[in-house]
Amino acid sequence: MMVEKTPVLDTFTYVSLILGIVVVGFPILYALIAATLSIEEVSRVPMSMIPGDQLFNNVSEAWNRGDLGTQLFNSFIMASGITIGKIVVSLFGAFSIVYFDYRLRSVAFAAVFCTLMLPVEVRILPTYEMAANLFGPLQPVWDALRLDGIISWFVGHDIEVNLDFSLLDSYAGLILPLTASATCTFLFRQFFLTIPEELCEAAKMDGASPMTFFWKVLFPLSKTNIAALVVIEFVYGWNQYLWPLLITTNPKMTTAVIGLHHLLPSPEDPPDWHIAMAGALIVMLPPVLVVLFMQRWFVKGLVEREK
Amino acid sequence: MIRKRSYFKTRSLPYLLILPQILITLTFFYWPAIQGVITSFQVSDPFGFRTKFVWFDNYIALFSDPLYLKSIATTLFFSGSVAIVSIAFGLFLASMANRVLKLTTLTRTLLIWPYAIAPAISGILWLFLLHPSYGVVAIGLENWFGIDWNPLLKSSNAMLMIVMASAWKNISYNFVFFLAGLQAIPKSLIEAAAIDGASPFRRFWTITFPLLSPTFFFVTVMTIIFSFFESFGVIHAVTQGGPGGSTNILVYKVYQDGFIGLNLGSSAAQSVVLMFMIILITVLQFKYVERKVQYMG
Repeated sequence: MMVEKTPVLDTFTYVSLILGIVVVGFPILYALIAATLSIEEVSRVPMSMIPGDQLFNNVSEAWNRGDLGTQLFNSFIMASGITIGKIVVSLFGAFSIVYFDYRLRSVAFAAVFCTLMLPVEVRILPTYEMAANLFGPLQPVWDALRLDGIISWFVGHDIEVNLDFSLLDSYAGLILPLTASATCTFLFRQFFLTIPEELCEAAKMDGASPMTFFWKVLFPLSKTNIAALVVIEFVYGWNQYLWPLLITTNPKMTTAVIGLHHLLPSPEDPPDWHIAMAGALIVMLPPVLVVLFMQRWFVKGLVEREK
Repeated sequence: MIRKRSYFKTRSLPYLLILPQILITLTFFYWPAIQGVITSFQVSDPFGFRTKFVWFDNYIALFSDPLYLKSIATTLFFSGSVAIVSIAFGLFLASMANRVLKLTTLTRTLLIWPYAIAPAISGILWLFLLHPSYGVVAIGLENWFGIDWNPLLKSSNAMLMIVMASAWKNISYNFVFFLAGLQAIPKSLIEAAAIDGASPFRRFWTITFPLLSPTFFFVTVMTIIFSFFESFGVIHAVTQGGPGGSTNILVYKVYQDGFIGLNLGSSAAQSVVLMFMIILITVLQFKYVERKVQYMG
């Protein structure tokens, strides 16, 4: 907004904006140029700032060496799984909390709220153990109830039941633990609270069941919020680091962001920075494209989540 | 709690609807958190055959361990620096972008995308930029200023590198919020002050900045949470806590001691300390936010 004419300040504004954009963009530009050079050019000191013609070779080399095809596929499954899972779980959760009155409602709300204070980083090992043996906590109950004996009697011969079920190195393991989200539930709850009471009353008067109301009224009204969350949660899911690092040991199940550091040249290797940068560009491309092309939803979603 | 006047009276449906969320939070949040707290009061032999209840021994050992105290100091310095750099840049760029209304969307597009880049990748990009033998910045420092720059060997250089990598990634997030906050300030206030003869600079500090304080607070909290936890990717991909433990922030130390070193009791105690920190931050944040959004509902 220009309230008065301030030529000096205006020049300053434009200069600093351009400088800011250049500074913020420089690491990517530098990586992009490095990814187009050959090994001789990239290890020349200082590196040439004129792009070379090796981009395609470097990209395919990074793709093969880092097994990026498999890892990008894994990242895609994980990011989409987390996105869809989070949105479905949070939509139903918020619907339950806002549109029903039941005894344990505040307990449920508090339980969801408190997950805010338990990011995976503060419960690394026990969450890993849980995923490694999903029904572990139930085993003592099972043993205490002597269900083995009952089943043995039922089947007619001795049987030992071991509730062993591991989520390690599986898509379910990558996705499930990250699908509960307090922030998404709050966003939908906040939004549902702004929906006029009359809509619900009218629906009830027309004899609509709660689920009809949900699918015919709430869901269509929530579409913009869902679009915003799709962008944010996809980026969140794609960029997950700690959890996939813990839960996957099989290189075929690793995600692209984690696999990337295998492309980093160690001191003994030839300085293949052009390959590493080509790999980094490939892996960052999907979320960057999502954010740039869905910028409007993205900004809306980010800012709404604050409330 | 805020409630609707009209609601459905179905008995079992609400439980069914919230069931998936409750199951996931019980399985992957509460049960592990409780296990973590229990483990933090125990010592076990390396093979996990025997565990002994030791009350607060793990915590006492932790807080008398100079490495842990150093890690706390490292974390505070790291997140403080990330917060100052990314908030200062974010606020500055947002207030500049807010002055050229016609171009806001364009500038936003050009500044927003580092948000989409994973912390680990941001770390890798900056490692290349600052690499002692190949990085353009390192070479420039050496040729022009005679500084022997080596983030792979020198503690202070390594710290600067991870601060840059984390702050860079976070600038766009802060920028988006500050810009939204600035655009929500009524133009009439600024115009009135301008008519009274207040300079743009003075207007910023006496009107814009105070009105922006809720955004400022929120952004600070989010940046601190980011640098406490999500910067794990930067550390793991780039420095692994080194050189000499100089970038070993708390969350990386939990991982290293517990998952790699298998020192379960100590790692669990460290987790509980982190848990307390985030509970403190969250409570603080919501106390503040609650006051702000009272008009809603």
